[in-house]
Amino acid sequence: MKILTGNDLKTGAVVWWTGQDWSLHVDDAVDAGEHADEILAREEAARHVVSAYAVDAERDDNGIRPGHIKERIRALGPTVRPDLTLKPADPEAGNWVI
Amino acid sequence: MYKYDHYDQAMVDTRVEEFRDQTRRRLEGRLSEEKFRPLRLQNGLYLQLHAYMLRVAVPYGTLSSAQMHVLADIADKYDRGYGHFTTRQNIQYNWIKLEDAPDILADLAKVEMHAIQTSGNCIRNISSDQYAGAAADELIDPRPYAELLRQWSSFHPEFLTLPRKFKIAVIASETDRAAMKLHDIGIRLVKNDADEIGAAFYVGGGMGRTPMIAPCINPFVPIAQLITYSEACLRVYNRYGRRDNKYKARIKILVHELGKDEYTRQVEEEFAHLQTQDIEAPAAELERIKTFFVDPPFDADAPDDLDLGDPDFALWVRNNTHPHKQKGYITAVISLKPVGGIPGDATSEQIRLMADLAKAHSFDELRVTHAQNIVLPHVKKADLYAIWQQLEAADLGTANLDQIGDIIACPGLDYCSLANARSIPVAQKISQRFAANGKGDTLGELKLKISGCINACGHHHAGHIGILGVDKKGLENYQLLLGGSEGDDTSLGKITGPGFTEDGVVDAVEKATDVYLAQRQEGERFLDTYRRIGMEPFKEALYG
Amino acid sequence: MVDLLRFREDEAVKDPAVTVDAFLDQTNASAVRIEPGDDARHLLPHLEQLRLVEVNFPSFGDGRGYSSARILREAGYVGELRAVGDVAVDQLSHMRRCGFDSFAPEKPLDPEDAEAAFARWPEVYQATVVDGRLPIWSLRHGNGQ
Repeated sequence: MKILTGNDLKTGAVVWWTGQDWSLHVDDAVDAGEHADEILAREEAARHVVSAYAVDAERDDNGIRPGHIKERIRALGPTVRPDLTLKPADPEAGNWVI
Repeated sequence: MYKYDHYDQAMVDTRVEEFRDQTRRRLEGRLSEEKFRPLRLQNGLYLQLHAYMLRVAVPYGTLSSAQMHVLADIADKYDRGYGHFTTRQNIQYNWIKLEDAPDILADLAKVEMHAIQTSGNCIRNISSDQYAGAAADELIDPRPYAELLRQWSSFHPEFLTLPRKFKIAVIASETDRAAMKLHDIGIRLVKNDADEIGAAFYVGGGMGRTPMIAPCINPFVPIAQLITYSEACLRVYNRYGRRDNKYKARIKILVHELGKDEYTRQVEEEFAHLQTQDIEAPAAELERIKTFFVDPPFDADAPDDLDLGDPDFALWVRNNTHPHKQKGYITAVISLKPVGGIPGDATSEQIRLMADLAKAHSFDELRVTHAQNIVLPHVKKADLYAIWQQLEAADLGTANLDQIGDIIACPGLDYCSLANARSIPVAQKISQRFAANGKGDTLGELKLKISGCINACGHHHAGHIGILGVDKKGLENYQLLLGGSEGDDTSLGKITGPGFTEDGVVDAVEKATDVYLAQRQEGERFLDTYRRIGMEPFKEALYG
Repeated sequence: MVDLLRFREDEAVKDPAVTVDAFLDQTNASAVRIEPGDDARHLLPHLEQLRLVEVNFPSFGDGRGYSSARILREAGYVGELRAVGDVAVDQLSHMRRCGFDSFAPEKPLDPEDAEAAFARWPEVYQATVVDGRLPIWSLRHGNGQ
């Protein structure tokens, strides 16, 4: 699937396109399919996101898994500061990135 | 250290208002991202992997305790309680919101700080020697000259859309503690036979994808022409630097492609022309700036002895202090590289402690080093033990300066959208390995530098051991380099061979150090042994 | 919204600006357009003849035009020096300091934004000379206080 990610214009937070708006959680991401470019252009013009782009991803038992380690780190947070990630209580969260 | 007058203050205040207006126009949709991006970059605001990152300038690496306190406050109020000190003596925050940025800049302006030109295709923060004003071996304090250049380069209207970023370093000692020859312009202040001070200009150095050592294009520019000559160097670059390819746009490529002699000829020609214009700073300005850099009121009777009875303290003194020009005083280096820690990071609590120590014991002054540590430049030997105890208690007392545990690492893929691989976990594992095997101190001086991508912000080319993170078919992989040096004997590291996994490169580093331990002769550092025996014995040990 | 800002008293030149190559071939042109890759110094022998020099900024990120402008002013050019192309509000004050006295942005500008931009900086750190502004380090030491 093709999911969309970007940074919230005002806060800079990493966000994922849910089909309606932008979520902090990659598991809310939907397949943008052929509409990716159109959505990106519209959402950037509407000043919701900045530097948004499409990435390959898969749906697995855990949720949505971006195809590249960089987007997995974007989805979670810095692996070296688990306390600053979206899953601070989960000691295994960093393994998901690799 | 330098104190703003009303002119300086008006400039930073105006800059804040300018950026506030630009941010407002951006958020209202009256300024596109394409047009806004270079404006926010020139106010230090990057869009990064997790959020906006703000890079605050620390001019020539010098800070006061009041400034450090504001840096701690910013970390708490606008970020996540910590900051990261960089290889260019700046500090970075990783979790900034665009909507807060103008207020942050306003807070900084109140303590004479800013984020002006810390990113973008312009002249960046001017760096210097972290021991300036304290070192016994310097000709003169280089920082007044750096301050003069800071003013000249700030908002210089001709040089705000250069082909690429431009980094300047200024030193004044034979020993190069600022990696001067690996800058776009490196300046070494020197004396001629008539005892006059001048500037030796080295132009065209840099790291990144194509590391190069800057050649000296003029061994003596009289100080009275420092600004004019700098302007000539920049104008030739602005006019002729490549703009067709982002990866060939630095001045090092121009100097390399023209050849040193032709680039020099063009600079000298422009210099001759610019001397007919009246752009040089008046001599009185340098004299005025120098008044801020006179020696602090040292206690001439400060006792010169140190009680080294405590073995841990003695080790720290041996490793983490530097001789001071004034009897009874010493320069102390605070390590931001605890075992297994994140190199260069400091919590707001640690930043406040360092600020208070500086205020109480170092004439209210601190320095940031290129190795991402903090310096208390002017400490009474009599106060050192008490300081060390406080540092120890705050995890700031690691006695590993310039040793293998004193790792320089870029933020890497954990933080940086340019990276191909994570660098911090590698640093942590190496640090832990060498704490566990107990070899760290025995190995002596060993500068290990890690970059998470070819942009080389970790200066891996200049590491005695360098590590470069790459993307190998979607997986993180690490190349090992040996024999780089950033000092006077500047050299660029050489790749050992095929890359390693994360755990593999930690083993590889240990194997390389074992080769050194087996082969070293009296007085040789790792770098010296490598230079003597060459790559072969290391390759043999690594790849069998 | 305006598409021409001009800080001159005289009348604007009506002749179209020719390229540098064309200008150097002709004897009677009084208006020329410099592209980023042109060497402004080729015009120096002909400054007397010139009444308008347009400096093109095809992309605001290509800053060669700033050097071209200063070079012309440093050589004594007193005619109109016009920035054209991708000229946006946030570049205006820098351009002015490099000697530009007129601006023809390809996208019209809000005149209030432009006025604010020109008035933004009460003082300047460095001398460009050509803008007539004294740098702060001169003001500090007795000039123009």
